[in-house]
Amino acid sequence: MSIARFWRETPRRYNLGGSRCLNCTNVYFPPRAVCPSCTAHRQSLGKMEPFQLSGEGEVISYTIVHDPAEGFEMQVPYALALVRTPEGPVLTGQVVDISPEEVRIGLTVRATFRKLREEGKAGVIHYGYKFTPSQAAPSPDRRGAVAESVAEPTATGNAAT
Amino acid sequence: MRDVAILGVGMTKFGELWDRSFRELGIEAGFQALVDAKLSSKDLGALYLGNMASGSLIEQEHIAPLLVDYAGLSGHHLPAIRVEAGGASGAVALHQGYLAVASGAYDFVVVGGAEKLTDVPDVTANRITGATADQEWESVFGATLPGLWALMARRHMYDFGTTREQLAQVPVHMHEMGSRNPNAHYRNKITLEQVLSAGPVAEPLGVFDCAPLSDGAAAVVLGPLDRARKFTDTPVQIRASVVTSDTMALHHRTSFTRLDSTIVAAKRAFAQARRRLTDVNVAEIHDAYSISALLALEDIGFSEKGAAGRELAEGKFALGGTPTVNSSGGLKAQGRPFGAVGVAQAVEIVRQLRGEAKERQVSGAQLGLAHDVGGTGATSVVHLFERAN
Repeated sequence: MSIARFWRETPRRYNLGGSRCLNCTNVYFPPRAVCPSCTAHRQSLGKMEPFQLSGEGEVISYTIVHDPAEGFEMQVPYALALVRTPEGPVLTGQVVDISPEEVRIGLTVRATFRKLREEGKAGVIHYGYKFTPSQAAPSPDRRGAVAESVAEPTATGNAAT
Repeated sequence: MRDVAILGVGMTKFGELWDRSFRELGIEAGFQALVDAKLSSKDLGALYLGNMASGSLIEQEHIAPLLVDYAGLSGHHLPAIRVEAGGASGAVALHQGYLAVASGAYDFVVVGGAEKLTDVPDVTANRITGATADQEWESVFGATLPGLWALMARRHMYDFGTTREQLAQVPVHMHEMGSRNPNAHYRNKITLEQVLSAGPVAEPLGVFDCAPLSDGAAAVVLGPLDRARKFTDTPVQIRASVVTSDTMALHHRTSFTRLDSTIVAAKRAFAQARRRLTDVNVAEIHDAYSISALLALEDIGFSEKGAAGRELAEGKFALGGTPTVNSSGGLKAQGRPFGAVGVAQAVEIVRQLRGEAKERQVSGAQLGLAHDVGGTGATSVVHLFERAN
């Protein structure tokens, strides 16, 4: 990956800078130029303002990766999770500073700035967010910690109608 | 719009075909389909070719005219068009071919799908196939394609009580089917114990929960239904052809235990075909990972939400089941040459509807469904095929 390609995303990958639609107040990460929730998309054009995520979140699903993505060979096995933030967006990232076996759905986490991967010995070093536990791991039977019940779409389209 | 029929089908063996090139594979499948359709190549209007990543995999772009050229047809100056939609490239190419004939723009077209995955090391192939997810906001953070599907699997287990053993029944089912398919990458049957004891890829998914990297090609010839009897006694009509899309990244979905793109595609397909779910006799579904198959069964509607794991383990979708699912062996056993998959699904359904599927034939099969997915569901495709009477 070229240096510019990674560098231009640093405000988001380093500082969790997202965006909020002034029309409907929904928050997006990474930032979007157009709000997918507003009925008429063009209403949101020019009305997406920068919005800072807090970095707090809760694990809503996870896996332990053994067959890694390129550049992550030295990190296996690693826990990869979907993390729902209190502001709304869900992020994909690693959960570290905890044994992968102890990661659970419902674990509360906080984003932290870490090295993601290196492009070989002489290549670019990529930095960005990973997640660390912000409390002791919950018991494994903490079912229903995050409500994921949402209506299914219809044949004519999705919820944004 | 005209009714469209499939007049001929062809496919290569799928597998690690070290001695065969991309060109050879594509041409073999294409000529099989043309011969099967008894169509002269001078009557062809266009070629649509599904392919995911030839530029990365064989360092060759511009492959649609390449295949026309090596098929000896360059003198016809056919339109030769490549179609890309990740793992659903072949299915979307079929959609394009269907539209071309239905609209009247062309009378006869070849739809091909071809992929050569074994000319690069596995680790490179995994990186390239992983690019069908969001490179900037998933892959950069360590996500792999099986890893993203594993996130869906874990949440499905959490929400619906799906077990590791139920997931493991998926590849057992697919290998059982594949054992009857001479073109399959894997023809060996496997046991639940083998699946459970295999090395982990992305927990809870192990090596046997993931479809292989295969080489292969498939092709179909399409034409107007009202002229189909001139070419074949057993035309198969495309009753519905639906492509849908969704967010690129998994984390932007409203649910992680279903693919809305598939739910909508299936609903639209049955409405387009004026057929019911219960009319389907044979289905080829996207089973790239064990969880993919369970989500597909639920999203299309063959199983109630959360019940697919139990019902598949109970044998509901075995040969002669309601419906028979992946008689070809699916992506897991027949193989996964990405761009060829969607076309190969159509080939299998046509063989079933014509009564030519030999030892895996579902007797009296009348209506068939094919379902394919790109990435983690940013593209879904559903086709319905019916034997024309």
